[in-house]
Amino acid sequence: MRVNFTVNGRPQEADDVWEGESLLYVLRERLGLPGSKNACEQGECGSCTVRLDGVPVCACLVAAGQVEGREVVTVEGLADYAKQRAEHGGCASGACGTSVDEAQRWQARGQDSQTGEGTELSPIQQAFIDAGAVQCGFCTPGLLVAADEMLERNPNPSDADIREALSGNLCRCTGYEKIMDAVRLAAARQGEAV
Amino acid sequence: MDFLRPASWEEALAAKAEHPTAVPIAGGTDVMVEINFDHRRPEYLLDLNRVGDLYEWEVGEESVRLGASVPYTQIMEHLRTELPGLALASHTVASPQIRNRGGVGGNLGTASPAGDAHPALLAAGAEVEVESVRGSRRIPIDEFYTGVKRNALAPDELIRAVHINKADGPQQYSKVGTRNAMVIAVCAFGLALHPGTRTVRTGIGSAAPTPIRAKAAEEFLNAALEEGGFWDNGKIITPSVAKQFAELCSGACNPIDDVRGTASYRRHAVGVMARRTLTWTWESYRGTAARTEGVA
Ligand SMILES: Cc1cc2nc3c(=O)[nH]c(=O)nc-3n(C[C@H](O)[C@H](O)[C@H](O)COP(=O)(O)OP(=O)(O)OC[C@H]3O[C@@H](n4cnc5c(N)ncnc54)[C@H](O)[C@@H]3O)c2cc1C
Ligand code: FES
Ligand code: FES
Repeated sequence: MRVNFTVNGRPQEADDVWEGESLLYVLRERLGLPGSKNACEQGECGSCTVRLDGVPVCACLVAAGQVEGREVVTVEGLADYAKQRAEHGGCASGACGTSVDEAQRWQARGQDSQTGEGTELSPIQQAFIDAGAVQCGFCTPGLLVAADEMLERNPNPSDADIREALSGNLCRCTGYEKIMDAVRLAAARQGEAV
Repeated sequence: MDFLRPASWEEALAAKAEHPTAVPIAGGTDVMVEINFDHRRPEYLLDLNRVGDLYEWEVGEESVRLGASVPYTQIMEHLRTELPGLALASHTVASPQIRNRGGVGGNLGTASPAGDAHPALLAAGAEVEVESVRGSRRIPIDEFYTGVKRNALAPDELIRAVHINKADGPQQYSKVGTRNAMVIAVCAFGLALHPGTRTVRTGIGSAAPTPIRAKAAEEFLNAALEEGGFWDNGKIITPSVAKQFAELCSGACNPIDDVRGTASYRRHAVGVMARRTLTWTWESYRGTAARTEGVA
C-alpha cells in the first residue's frame, strides 16, 4: 500500500508498504531516515521515539497505515522544529506542534530538514553535547525527542519531572546522570533566553 | 494482509461485520508487538485511529462515558477527580510514549490478567458498551473477563466506550513491580470506597486467570463497617478487621508461578496491598468526613 504523510514539515510518500509494517520501518528503510533507532521493536526502550501530531510515541508500535495524512517529527527535523518554535514564541502563542500552516512555512525554507544539514542544532542537542550526555549514542535520538517535548510543555522541570518524562527511554551507557545534567542545562539556557 | 481504514464508527462496524477475523488496532501497543515479533499475522487490520468518537469522553451525573481509544495520558490529565482509581492505574502503565497511544479499549480488548485498567474498573463499577451492526449492548464489567486473555465480545463486535461510575469516595490503586516505569504488574490491587451505598469494592490484577473482585472480602468488610458504625463515626478501622479483609483478599487469588513472581508471593503481596489501600482510602474518607462536619 501507499502511505502519504508529513515528515519534518514536508509531504512524503512511501510506496510498497506492507500492511503490518511499523512507522519506524517506513522511516528508516523506505524514507532513508535512520535517526530513529530500532533496538527492541516492542516499546520498551524508547530509542525510536518520534512525535506524531506533536505527541511523543514509539514509532515501532505505530502501524504505517495509521500515519496516513498525519505529521511526524523525527530527530532529523528536531533542530528546525525547535527553531520554528522559538521564533514563534513557544507554546504561549499557540505556535507549538506541527500545524499544516507551520509545515507549509517550513517548506519555504532553504534547508534540508531530512538530514538536518545546514541547520543549527536544537538547544537540547547542544546541551547533550555540552553536558557529555552522549556515549555510544544509540539512545540519544529518542531521548532528544522526548526531552525536547517535555521542555516545550514544562520549561522549568523538577528532577522528578525529567525522570518521569524520560522514563520510557533506556540508556545502557551513561547511567543517566549526564542526561539529567543535559536536560537541566537546556532548561536553564531556555530560561535565560526568555 | 489488508489494512482497513474506516472513517467513522458506522464504517468500522460494517467492516467488522464483513470481516469478523479483522484485528482492530487502536494505540497498537499490544497489536504491533505481536506483529513485529511474528506472533500474529492477521488477514485484516482494522485501524480505529480515524474514528473520532472513540477519543471523546463525557462526564455525566453518575458516570463517565469514556471512549474506547482515549489514551491513558488524557485520563490522567482530565479525569483525576471523577475517576481517581483509573487515573492512578493509568499512571502506572508503561511509559509516557505508551500512555500517549494506549487506552482502556485496548486493555479490555487484550483482557490480560495483568492489564492495569481492570482492577480500577472492577473497584469503581463499570459497564462496557459494545456494538455491532446487529445492535448495541452493555456488558457489566464483572461479566466481561471470561478467561485468560478472553473477553465477552462477539466476533463482529467492537468496544465503543466504557461507562465508569464516578467516584463517590476515595479510591486507590497499588501495583507491585521491579521499578516505577515500564512494569507489567507482578500483581495489582484497586480499592474504592462508596460512601453513597456504604460499600467497598475491590479489583485484583495478575493473581488469577482473569482480573477479579475479592467478593468474600468485600462482603466481610461491608458487614464489619456497618456493624461498627464506621461510616458514621469515622473511627479508625480495627486492625483485626483490616487483617481479616487482607487475608480474604489473599484467599480470593488463584495465582500462578511465572517469571515475574511466585504464586505464594502474589498471594502475600495482594494481602499487603489490600490492607494498605484500605488504610489510605479510609484515612482520606475520615479526613473528608471530619472536614464536612467541621463546616456544618
Ligand atoms: C512496553 C510496553 C509496556 C506496557 N506496559 C503495560 C502496563 O504497565 N500495564 C498495562 O496494562 N499494559 C501495558 N502494556 C500493554 C498495552 O499498552 C495496554 O494493554 C494498552 O491498554 C493497549 O491499548 P492499545 O490502544 O494500544 O491497544 P491495541 O494494541 O491497539 O489493541 C489491543 C487489543 O484490543 C483490541 N481492541 C482495541 N480497540 C478495540 C475496540 N475499540 N474494540 C474491540 N477491540 C479492540 C485489539 O484488536 C487488540 O486485540 C504495555 C505495552 C508495551 C508495549
Ligand atoms: S525500538 Fe521502539 S521502543 Fe524500542
Ligand atoms: S549512550 Fe549508549 S545507550 Fe545511551
